[in-house]
Amino acid sequence: MRSFRHVALAVAWRGIHNAFTNPAILVPSLLFPFFFFTAFAGGLSRVSEVPGFDYPPGYTTFQFAFVFMQSAAFGGIFNGFAIARDFEGGFARRLLLAAPQRTGIIAGYAIVALVRWAATISVVTVVALLVGMEVLGSGVDLFGLVLLGLLVNVAALLWAVGIAMRFRTLQAGPLMQVPVFLLLFLAPVYVPLDLLQGWIHALASVNPATFILEAGRSLLAGDPVEVGIAFAVALGAVLLLSVWALRGLRSAEAAG
Amino acid sequence: MRDEHGIRAEALAREFKGGIRAVCGIDLEVAPGEIYGFLGPNGAGKSTTVHMLTTLLPPSSGTARVAGFDVTTEGQQVRAAIGAALQEAALDPLLTGREHLRLQTALHGMPRAERKRRSQALLERVGLTEAADRKVQTYSGGMKRRLDLALALAHEPSILFLDEPTTGLDPQSRNALWAEVARLARDEGVTVFLTTQYLEEADVLADRVGIIDHGTIVAEGTPAALKAEIGRPSVEAIPVEPSDLVALARVLERFGVPVPGSPKGVTVRLDGGEDALADVVRALDAEGLHVSHLQLHAPTLDDVFLAKTGRSLEGAGDELEETEPEPVPA
Amino acid sequence: MSEHGPLFVQVSQLARRSVLRTFRRPINVFPSFFFPLMLLAVNVGGLQAASNLRGFPTDSYLDFALAFTFLQGALFATTNAGTDLARDIETGFLNRLALTPMRNAALLLGQLAGVVTLALLQATLYLTVGIVAGVRPESGVLGVFLIVFLGVLVALAFGAIGAFLALRTGSGEAIQALFPLFFVFLFLSSMNLPRNLIEIDWFRTVTTINPVSYLIEGIRSLIITGWDLQALLLGFGLAIGIGSVALTAAGWALRGRLARS
Repeated sequence: MRSFRHVALAVAWRGIHNAFTNPAILVPSLLFPFFFFTAFAGGLSRVSEVPGFDYPPGYTTFQFAFVFMQSAAFGGIFNGFAIARDFEGGFARRLLLAAPQRTGIIAGYAIVALVRWAATISVVTVVALLVGMEVLGSGVDLFGLVLLGLLVNVAALLWAVGIAMRFRTLQAGPLMQVPVFLLLFLAPVYVPLDLLQGWIHALASVNPATFILEAGRSLLAGDPVEVGIAFAVALGAVLLLSVWALRGLRSAEAAG
Repeated sequence: MRDEHGIRAEALAREFKGGIRAVCGIDLEVAPGEIYGFLGPNGAGKSTTVHMLTTLLPPSSGTARVAGFDVTTEGQQVRAAIGAALQEAALDPLLTGREHLRLQTALHGMPRAERKRRSQALLERVGLTEAADRKVQTYSGGMKRRLDLALALAHEPSILFLDEPTTGLDPQSRNALWAEVARLARDEGVTVFLTTQYLEEADVLADRVGIIDHGTIVAEGTPAALKAEIGRPSVEAIPVEPSDLVALARVLERFGVPVPGSPKGVTVRLDGGEDALADVVRALDAEGLHVSHLQLHAPTLDDVFLAKTGRSLEGAGDELEETEPEPVPA
Repeated sequence: MSEHGPLFVQVSQLARRSVLRTFRRPINVFPSFFFPLMLLAVNVGGLQAASNLRGFPTDSYLDFALAFTFLQGALFATTNAGTDLARDIETGFLNRLALTPMRNAALLLGQLAGVVTLALLQATLYLTVGIVAGVRPESGVLGVFLIVFLGVLVALAFGAIGAFLALRTGSGEAIQALFPLFFVFLFLSSMNLPRNLIEIDWFRTVTTINPVSYLIEGIRSLIITGWDLQALLLGFGLAIGIGSVALTAAGWALRGRLARS
């Protein structure tokens, strides 16, 4: 257990140090949420006038929920890129050789993902509040929102870890990104679920990301709805993807 | 096509931003049909010199004429007369060997029929016929260098610039390249300007060698003449008992100046030349010193470099890594 | 042998290389076809309700949104053109070309040939998918050709920007790092809603200043309006203007990069 902790902390230290001393690593993960928030909340606010759109806190908060989840998910994915880069550069082999408890490596990467996301979402939240985002949720609701975000962040990271460990190249980047991108954008991004029509409504209805996103919005509105399901989905994803990531680790070990 | 003019540079210099003088006013002359070896450690100024002579980089001062044309004012004519295989293989991994040659010959204005014929002839000459229609990303390092040479020869230049052409090649590929370069000069009268950091390459190939260090030519001449300048061979001895090292050094220093060598033994440059070897053996015997290894080394170009600069060529590049920036246009 | 081949031969050879390079890397080409269409599907599905807003210019959000795919395709053209040229600089291949009698103009035009070919295929695909999904351009058959033409012009202009950046930076990584910035330009435009329906003042101002809005609106007008002279003049004018400036800048950057006598 001790060596697991040491390995995790060592890997985490390196990742956090690299991220915060290299703007080229941190800035993209900060820019994208900002940019989606600006484009969607700023450019699409009129959509809240569509008949049937009913979200009391307003469109800015509506979009903030999406950006919150999107930044959590992509924060995990960006760390997957870092892992793939480590394999390409040979550093991952060094880690595998040196670490007595290799599962600690995954835990370390997860800590990096969480810390980076915490930094990103803090900045985005402050800006959102400054531009007038209304939050009707209580402290408990917001705690729940943050917890949900953490689970999404870890789940996305574990997905990316599994890909990175199996393919061990940055060229697998799209494999990490595209499924997550599709999951996010095939959820009710612009309007609530009941305002979607046709094939996208059908898809969004069964999309796990929809449960998480709608729950997040409800927590911000102070009217929690199906939050339990959302947590079950998120936890389930984390558990399943943990197995996926661990098997990826075994695959990387076997490859030498 | 034999060139009548060769290469001539006078006070050629190049300074980069920040006051870095990569080439400090060099004079050199390469006769038509000669193979000139430009030898020096990493960062000495070799590539910068080549880039200036091939018109890729304007000199900061001085003049140079290649194939009778001024590199600054008659660049187009210079480029028509020269071929160059630079330090990077500079190939497109997505094109095949044949497509590279097709592009090169077309850019040189060859008619279509001649492009085809010339490409095929060059592929045969460098032994790439079988791989001609494979993408370059599948080629080995040696194959890439051969293609590089073929491209440099596409338009039958009279002067060929080769910038460290065998770096990273296995011995077989290197020998094959040397043979081709020698043949070009001997049979076709091509003037070859070859930069290298390998002593053996300069020794084997070059008619004359210029040694450059910190942007200045420190020695120039035929390999034999340069080595003869140093003149004296060195002897290296390793004692059977490591504790005899000091005593061994005392004996050998009677016969010449110590020079760097094996850390387990002593190496001195013999004042009396090869003839002194017998005296060395007698002296060691008289002192009762037993050696496990005794070897006579003829002077090398490294000894020449050492004599001129106080440093060995091998390993000199490490400290010079910072001084020659990548030769790009300002 | 002539000192220079005819310009046409040089351009065609370099164009051939550019096209071959583009299509021999499916992994780079595929996203430029797939992503814009994927985003189109998602946006149309998600924002169809927006067509119910008072003042929305059409009943079909697909008709409204199709124009944006062309701009996204053009963005891929920028990064492909830029990274290709940057790679040539990094590997020294540009030096190899510089040692031939190649004219600078031939290099630029040839390089952009790959962009044009890709853009033509993209435009055809996007339009075909749109028509199959029910889009009926109000401008008719002639309008369809104009849509493709304007789409290609926009890609050419963006490709020239990519070439300029590559020649200035000499680095593929720098081009990739600038990709998000271009994306910002696209998103801060009238891609999702008409400018008059954008509620937030500063955002509306930004979209009004952003030339990308007019490029989108030029193509969009041929789909949903028919023959809107002002939109077409602005769209074509800006595409040609941006392309001219970018090509000139790229030419200047190439002269500086080569610095050969």
